[in-house]
Amino acid sequence: MKLEVKNLSYQYTKKGRKILKDFSLTVENTERVGLAAPSGYGKTTLCKLLSGYLEPDQGEILLDGKPISSYGGYCPVQMIWQQPEFALNPRLRVKEAIREGDQIEERILRELGIEEDWMNRFPAELSGGELQRFSIARALGKRTRFLLADEITTMLDLITQSQIWHFLLKEAEKRKIGLIVVSHDSELLDRVCTRIIPLEEEKGEQSGQAPS
Amino acid sequence: MEEKKITVRKQKIKKDYTKIKLAVYGALTLLLILVAVFAPYITPYDPYEQDLGNALLAPCREYLLGTDRYGRDMLSRVIMGARSSISSAVLLVVIITVAGSIVGILCGYCQGKLDSFLMRLSDIFLAFPGMVFAIAAASVMSGGIMNAVAALAFISWPKYARIARSQVLTIKNAPYISAARLAGSGTGKIILKHIVPNIAGPVIVTAVLDIGTMMMEIAGLSFLGLGATPPTAEWGSMMSNGRSMLQTSPWVILAPGCAIFLTVMVFNLLGDTVRDILDPRQSRRNRS
Repeated sequence: MKLEVKNLSYQYTKKGRKILKDFSLTVENTERVGLAAPSGYGKTTLCKLLSGYLEPDQGEILLDGKPISSYGGYCPVQMIWQQPEFALNPRLRVKEAIREGDQIEERILRELGIEEDWMNRFPAELSGGELQRFSIARALGKRTRFLLADEITTMLDLITQSQIWHFLLKEAEKRKIGLIVVSHDSELLDRVCTRIIPLEEEKGEQSGQAPS
Repeated sequence: MEEKKITVRKQKIKKDYTKIKLAVYGALTLLLILVAVFAPYITPYDPYEQDLGNALLAPCREYLLGTDRYGRDMLSRVIMGARSSISSAVLLVVIITVAGSIVGILCGYCQGKLDSFLMRLSDIFLAFPGMVFAIAAASVMSGGIMNAVAALAFISWPKYARIARSQVLTIKNAPYISAARLAGSGTGKIILKHIVPNIAGPVIVTAVLDIGTMMMEIAGLSFLGLGATPPTAEWGSMMSNGRSMLQTSPWVILAPGCAIFLTVMVFNLLGDTVRDILDPRQSRRNRS
């Protein structure tokens, strides 16, 4: 299975900066691709586009030859966010969030180190690292083919980081899930990725910025 | 080395009475509601039976709050009035909360043209002085307490639409909503499971605080003869009946007046306490 991005362009406002211009990328489901770039270069925007959450201005995103927006229901490209505090509904118990995913196996919860009595708590009653495990588990549903990890371990301590990455790499390999990893941390990318792509900022007149 | 003593300055830490307050005001509210529900069984006299021989009696042992100009027992009428006053105020608040929230959620979630249209419409309603509009609407629809409720509902929903809309806008782009969408949840499920529970707090607080206000507005319309029609026992119209006799027999106006005062106060105190619990950011305790 292949996730293809062809000549993607995107800008938030009509006169604003082009966050992405003519961006192309192909990811196989056996690959782990790292995206490295400083702040404001459109990493998160790219993730939102890839998961079909934003519509591209130009270009297309194809999963197995079909546009990503044509996959109704469960999206095979799942995403994990940077701040787990906002990624789980504060008014629902975390087990509800797990139930929302696509038939999450018990095994995943266990291997992520999620303890039984965490399940009945509200997100405010768990720490950041614990919450992030839940949002990772939620994204690993049965039909997940690609996983977008947007700075998912930036705010975690080193031990938790290594636990989480260790699990993710093993899981991705076993189930043939393609990983797209976004991070500032080039050492991390060197470690976990098979390939690293730097994003470049659009500059000058190409950026479409209104002259001031 | 001398050991330093650690002292906790207890007097600086204020005790939190919120829970006790909630219990007390909740019990009082429950009592009022019970009185309203069981009104026909606890009135000492028939609130509608006229006895002209005993008209305008001052409060005495037989008639604890006196009688009105037709000799009807004031206490029975005040108890009976609780029924129409409280039930119509609660009904009104439920209607405007539900209707306003639906409009607000729709506007916040869909945005675009529908949002602009409905919000401009609510701007128009907000621009009217509420009571004046309600008087006009109630007089067009003729009397009756249900028409007064309808008139006030018509003018009062935009406040809730505004609150619900602004709350929806703040949480709409939260990652957990995106996650739900990626997991294949439909719009209806997202609204019911993720949006409604997260915006309910401020809406409920506003609603509880509004019960008292709405009770006064309904009583006001009835006082002007646009709400409850005689002989229905309703506090506003009872006050209106007694206003010409304020100097000769003040109990006729004071009894329903005090009833309104007490009921509105209990509902407002309950609303304040509910706000302290559900919406701590807005509480007076934290503001000062």
